[in-house]
Amino acid sequence: MEIKKTATAGTLESSDAYVVAEPFDTLEVDLTSVVYEQFKDEIISQVKAVTDALGVSKAKITINDRGAVDCVIRARVETALKRAGGEM
Amino acid sequence: MRRTMLFVPGNSPNLLMNFDILGADSVILDLEDAVSPAEKDSARILVRSMLQTMGDTGCEVIVRINPVDTDFWKEDLREVVKCCPSMIMPTKVGGPETVKQVADYIGQLEKEYGIPEGTVGIIPLIETALGVENAFAIAGADKRVRAMLLGGEDLTADLRCKRTKEGNEIFYARSRMVCAARACGIDVYDTPFTDVNDMEGLRKDAELAKSLGFSGKSSISPGHVAAINEIFSPTQEEIDYAHEVMDTIEEAKRQGKGVVALRGKMIDAPIVNRAKQVIEMEEAMFGGVRQ
Amino acid sequence: MSKLISSIKEAVELCGIRDGMTVSFHHHMRNGDKVLNMVMEVIAEKGIKDITVNASSIFDCHEPLIGYMKDGVVTGIECGYMGAKVGRAVSRGMLKNPAVFRTHGGRASDMIKGTSHVDVAFVAAPSADCMGNCTGKYGKSACGSMGYAFADAQTADKVVVITDNLRPYPLSGFSIPEVYVDYVVEVDEIGDPKGIVSGTTQITRDPVGLRIAQYAAEVIEASGLLKDGFSFQTGAGGATLAAAKYVKEKMLAGGIKGSFGMGGITGYMVDMLNEGCFESLIDVQCFDLKAIESINNDPRHMEVSAEQYAGVSGRSAAVDSLDVVLLGATQVDTDFNVNVHTDSNGYIMGGSGGHSDTAAGAKLAIILAPLVRARLPLITDRCHCISTPGSTVDVVVTQRGIAVNTSIEKNRQLEEALKAKGLPVVDIKELKAIGEKITGVPKPIKQGDKVIAKVLYRDGTLLDEIHQVAGE
Repeated sequence: MEIKKTATAGTLESSDAYVVAEPFDTLEVDLTSVVYEQFKDEIISQVKAVTDALGVSKAKITINDRGAVDCVIRARVETALKRAGGEM
Repeated sequence: MRRTMLFVPGNSPNLLMNFDILGADSVILDLEDAVSPAEKDSARILVRSMLQTMGDTGCEVIVRINPVDTDFWKEDLREVVKCCPSMIMPTKVGGPETVKQVADYIGQLEKEYGIPEGTVGIIPLIETALGVENAFAIAGADKRVRAMLLGGEDLTADLRCKRTKEGNEIFYARSRMVCAARACGIDVYDTPFTDVNDMEGLRKDAELAKSLGFSGKSSISPGHVAAINEIFSPTQEEIDYAHEVMDTIEEAKRQGKGVVALRGKMIDAPIVNRAKQVIEMEEAMFGGVRQ
Repeated sequence: MSKLISSIKEAVELCGIRDGMTVSFHHHMRNGDKVLNMVMEVIAEKGIKDITVNASSIFDCHEPLIGYMKDGVVTGIECGYMGAKVGRAVSRGMLKNPAVFRTHGGRASDMIKGTSHVDVAFVAAPSADCMGNCTGKYGKSACGSMGYAFADAQTADKVVVITDNLRPYPLSGFSIPEVYVDYVVEVDEIGDPKGIVSGTTQITRDPVGLRIAQYAAEVIEASGLLKDGFSFQTGAGGATLAAAKYVKEKMLAGGIKGSFGMGGITGYMVDMLNEGCFESLIDVQCFDLKAIESINNDPRHMEVSAEQYAGVSGRSAAVDSLDVVLLGATQVDTDFNVNVHTDSNGYIMGGSGGHSDTAAGAKLAIILAPLVRARLPLITDRCHCISTPGSTVDVVVTQRGIAVNTSIEKNRQLEEALKAKGLPVVDIKELKAIGEKITGVPKPIKQGDKVIAKVLYRDGTLLDEIHQVAGE
C-alpha cells in the first residue's frame, strides 16, 4: 500500500495511542511512550507486523503512546495507514 | 437469555479492555451513536482488533452496527463478523427486509471467512413506529433473529411525544414487542433507563419491564447493571423449584411414566417451559449466556 | 504582652535560623500553601545554606524548593509525601542528602521521641490571636483540622505562627495553644483557597473503579466486621471513596450503627456521620469545604493530632481501634508489599502518608487498585519501593480478582468467606499472570547506584531505599 497523504488515528487518552502516518522515502518509526522503558520492543514489533500485513514499505509513523496494549497499537497504526493510503 | 445488555462505546480502548468485568451478562459494543462519523473506521478496526485478542471472556458480545441507509454498515460487518460476535444489532429496523438485507450479508461473510453458517445471530433494534407495527414480521424475518431490543428514545421522537420516566408513552410498544417476540419464540429486551443517577426510577422501570414479559433490560450505565441483574434474576426458591421439576421429569422418564405430579400439582408443558427458562437464567447469572 | 512581630524576616532573625538547621511545615493548605515558599524565600535571601525542610507533605506548589536545592539552600527534605514535581528533581539526584520519608504517625512520634529534631516550626494558621492560640477551623483560608502541626508545635525549639486572620485574644476554639508559640506573624495570605480545598469531593464515574469499589464493599461485608460499632477509614480518590458509597448503602440497609470514621475527611464521610452511620469522626486533615464546615460546627467531628491518629509514641493511637481501612497502590508485589512512593519509571510521586500506619493498625487493610494502568500491571515480583510491608496488608482488590494474604493466619477464614460469596478470589501470583496476559511482561527499569531517599517505617526503622533514576 502506498502512503499518499498525512493522516492520524487514535487519541492521547490513557490506554490509547495517537498515531501519525505520512509519506516518506523509507520506513521510519518514531516512538514516544509512557511505557518506553518497559515495552519499547513490543510496540515496535507490533508496528512492523501491521506495515508488513498492509505491504507498507515507505512511511513515517509517529506514535505518541499513552499505555495502549498491543491490539490497540495495531488498530491505531492500521487505521492511520489506511487513512493515509486513501483506503478510508 | 440475559438479564442485562450493557452498551459500551466502540472507540474507547480503556472501556473495551474492561467490558467483561462490568457485571453485565451481555455487552453491546456500539459502532453507531457512540462513534462520530469521522471515527467510524477507527472504531470498527479497534473493536475487531480487541475482540480477536481478548478471545472468549465469558461475557456475551453483541455489536451494534450503523443503519443500512448509511455507507458504514457493510464495512462494520466486514470487520466484526470475523470475530464471531454472538449477535449483530442493526438499528432503526422498520421491517423484515432490513433484517433480510443484513442477514444475507452476514451469510456471505460467514462463507468468505469460513465460519459455520448461522454462527452470528441478529438482534434488531426497534425504535420507530413502523418497526413497532412490523414487530411480528421482523421477529420472524430470518432464522438468525434470536432476540429484539426496544429503543425508547428514538421511538418517542418518532411518535412525537415526550419520553417520561413513567413510560406510559411506550406502553403499547413494549407490549406489542413482547407479544411479537414470544409469538416467534425469541427473547425480547427492554429499552435503557437513561437517568444515570435515579436508581429508584431504574428499579421501577425494570420491574415494570419484567412484569410485561421482557427477558431482560439494556443499559447505558454500568452503575445500573447490578440493579437490573437483581430484578431479572430468579429467586433461589424459583431456581430450586425449577431443578426439582426437571429432576422429577427425568425420573418419570426413567420409570416410563407419562404423567407426573410434584407437590400435588401435575407437571404440564407450561411448568416445564417455565422451569427451563429459570435454569437458563440461572446459567446467565454465572456468565454462561446460552444462544 | 504580645508575640506579634512585623514580618517573616524578623521571625527568621529572632529564631536565629542559621546554616544546617531544620525548619518544619505542615500541609493542611495542601497545593494552595504559600507559607513554606514565603519562609524559604526569606531564608534564601539571607544567604542561609544547608537547611533541612521537614514538611508533613510537599506538593507541586512547592516547586521553588527545586531552585533552593540547586543553590545549596536546601540540602535535606523530610516528609510524609512528595508530589511529582519536587519528586522528579529529587529522583534525579538534585538534593544533596537523601530525602527521608516518614509515615504521618511516624513523623509525629519521631519528633516526640526526640529522634527527629526541629529547630524552628512554622505553623500556617487560618485564625490566630497575638499570643499564638490558633486553629484551622475558620477564617478566609480555613483548612479544618490542623492535626499534622501539633507535634511540630510541641517539640520544635522555636515556634512561629503565621496567620492571615488575626483575631482578638483569646481565640475561641483554638486547636494549638499559646503555650508552645514564640512568635506570631500576620501576612496577607497563607494560602490560595482554590488549592487548599476542592468544593466537593466527587465519587469516581470510572466503571472499573466502581467495580473495584463494589468488590471491596463485599469483602468488608464478608469479613464480619460490618456490624454495630464498625469503624472505617477510606481515601479521597478513585475507587476508595466510591467504596464508601457501597459501604454506606449496606450500613443503611442493615440498620448498622458504626462507631467512628477516620482519616483525611471528605464531605462523603460527613454525610455518613449525619445519616447515622457513625457516632463520630476523627479528623487529622479535611479534604473539602463540607468537611471544614462540619469540623467547625459539629462537636462529634473531632480534630486529632497526628500522634493520636497514627503514632507509636503514645500509649495508644486511634488506628489501633480501627476495623477497616481502604488504601490505594501504584504497585503491589507477590508478598503483598505495597508501593505508593514511586511511579512506574522509578520517580518519586507520593509517599506513605498514613498508608502504613493504618494498614498496621486496622483489623482489615484492603488495597484497591486497577489491575492494569496504562499498560502497566499492578502486581510485580518485588515493588520498586516498599512503602507498606506485606505483613500488614490483608486483601488486594482489583477488577479482575481479589487476592487474600493468607500468610496471615486470620485471613484464611476470610478467604473461605469470600469464596462462599462467589467473589473472584485468586492467588496473588495468578492475579499477576492475569494482568501480564493483558499487558505483556514489562522489562525492569534501570536503577542508579545513588540512594536518593530513605523510607522509614512508623517506628523509625529503615524500611527501604529509593535509588536515583538512571539515564538522567
